[in-house]
Amino acid sequence: MLRKAATATQITHLQRLWLYVVCALVIVFLVAPTLLVVPMSFSDSRYLQFPPESWSLRWYEAYLGSLEWRRATVVSLQVAGLTMVVATITGTLAAYGLHVSRVKAGKYVSVLLTLPMIIPVILLAVGIFLTFAPVGLNSTILGLVLAHSILAIPLVLITVTAGMRNFDINQEMVARSMGASRPWAFLTVTLPQIRNSVLSAALLAFIISLDEVVIALLIAGGDKATLTRRMFLALRDEIDPTIAAISTLLIGLSILLLALSQFLQSKRD
Amino acid sequence: MHDASSDTGPAFAGPGDASAASAQDHSLPISVKSLVKSYGAFRALDDVSIDIRSGEFMTLLGPSGSGKTTLLMVLAGFVRPDSGSVTFGDKEILLLPPHKRDIGMVFQNYALFPHMTVAENLAYPLKLRRVGKAEIRERVERALDLVQLGGLGHRDIQELSGGQRQRVALARAIIFEPRILLMDEPLSALDKNLREQMQFEVRRLHEQLGITTVYVTHDQREALTMSDRIAVINDGRIQQVDGPRALYEKPETYFVANFIGETFSLPVEVAGDSVTLFGQPIETGAPLAHGDKNQSLILRPEILHMFEGDPDPGMNRLSGKVRQHVFQGDSVVTYVTVEGERELAVRRQHRSDETELAPGSDIQLGWLVQDTVILPEGDGSS
Repeated sequence: MLRKAATATQITHLQRLWLYVVCALVIVFLVAPTLLVVPMSFSDSRYLQFPPESWSLRWYEAYLGSLEWRRATVVSLQVAGLTMVVATITGTLAAYGLHVSRVKAGKYVSVLLTLPMIIPVILLAVGIFLTFAPVGLNSTILGLVLAHSILAIPLVLITVTAGMRNFDINQEMVARSMGASRPWAFLTVTLPQIRNSVLSAALLAFIISLDEVVIALLIAGGDKATLTRRMFLALRDEIDPTIAAISTLLIGLSILLLALSQFLQSKRD
Repeated sequence: MHDASSDTGPAFAGPGDASAASAQDHSLPISVKSLVKSYGAFRALDDVSIDIRSGEFMTLLGPSGSGKTTLLMVLAGFVRPDSGSVTFGDKEILLLPPHKRDIGMVFQNYALFPHMTVAENLAYPLKLRRVGKAEIRERVERALDLVQLGGLGHRDIQELSGGQRQRVALARAIIFEPRILLMDEPLSALDKNLREQMQFEVRRLHEQLGITTVYVTHDQREALTMSDRIAVINDGRIQQVDGPRALYEKPETYFVANFIGETFSLPVEVAGDSVTLFGQPIETGAPLAHGDKNQSLILRPEILHMFEGDPDPGMNRLSGKVRQHVFQGDSVVTYVTVEGERELAVRRQHRSDETELAPGSDIQLGWLVQDTVILPEGDGSS
């Protein structure tokens, strides 16, 4: 650690100490509320309590022992898995098309596709509910997958577009001149080189669906309730540490997937 | 007018190679008729017609934005023209997608597949054609030997130098024995020495395979060195198609004259068959191609000779004053002022036994009547 300035203009770590303190405070402020649930989930108390007076795994047992919670978990994983597939394929195709297209309108299409990221989700949810109602898509897996894909496609688009930026499209042209059809050239030449971006985008799509609550609140009723919806409703009725246990599991899974996604992106060639 | 189809042949490695003769049966002539391609108001190709012979090395030469790459992309199938026709042999191919045209392509940036080894790159077109494993291995080896990269098949692309990458790209483009080879400025990313070496290699490979080759470049020296014939393109139009020597010595348009080689032009007045330069009559070797009154005399530094007395008979003349000598090692360039203002350059071989005229000396410039080129300015498409 640099304690003494080597030149007149050099700033030592000591002089910058205040900056480090501010940064640390910001990080604590951002992360602490999330991490608060972790110790609470291991509490022995019947109420959400911090700090816990005694420790146990009883709320994890309660979660795993409940048929309702298990069913909601299965719905959530199903929806997240399918959303991942749908959003990754459509988002990747869109990113590819917009990248190779010389059409001027491409820029506008790109903006249009990222619109769901800036529109308040509650508005989106109401719109989706009203659209789905006449065609009977509310409270169905398909409806949830489509709705979550709307949210996930912009992220896939952005992630894959970034990956395509380093790809030389001449490679695909060469492959086609050598006898490969366009889809085959994409699969054998382009896709292997943007693979990490696509996988990273897929994981993001999964997380988005898994963590989504607003749309699920409006359109995921009955036995198609997702985990997040059930958690929200449970919070309203009673303050039960089971929520903390589930939250801890969700946070763990999300962090794991996000880290994996970041790792894949950093390995981009 | 000289014979427009005069074909002076390549600058080295004469034709008539025995192996080329057999391969030539396999390659195809290309016939392009009335191609038009517009991007909005911009005409990238403006009524382009050109015939490329079977087994010929044809270079498309022009400045950037001239349309030469667009023409190549039309041949490859990546750009669809607004109208016109392209035939390979007697088959119309404009509606065929790129992968059904049987062409080999080499790009400036190599476009090698970085996720495959050298051998896998070369095997790619063969696998598409369902060639057996043993045959693939054998043909990859042979192709690598052909471009002098024998034994490097297992290498990753990242391990290769620029020149080696270009060789792999070349080998990959010919390994499946396409009928036509298209190259888009393939050597422009290489440094000068390597580029000259590769020019020779590409030309040697062409002699060996006898494949119809269309080569795009903006480098006139490269075009002159490598080509059987050169098509000079500007503003989406073909200016002239000729052998390198004919193109250099007998440019047909003002653009071609100025684009190729070092050129100085002087205004001349034309009346019928008589031409006057600064009031003095000059001879032309052949009847003039254009009847315009105001045209330009095209002079190159190496066709001009300096005389202290009268020029040799059979030469046109012009008097001037020596301004400056510039020593360039192998040659000496003398800048001469004529008619007070205008400046010409005269290039001579350097000789240690020659003394140079002092700046300010009066001299006569002479050039052979047959080297006299007179062209109207403007786009010269008339």
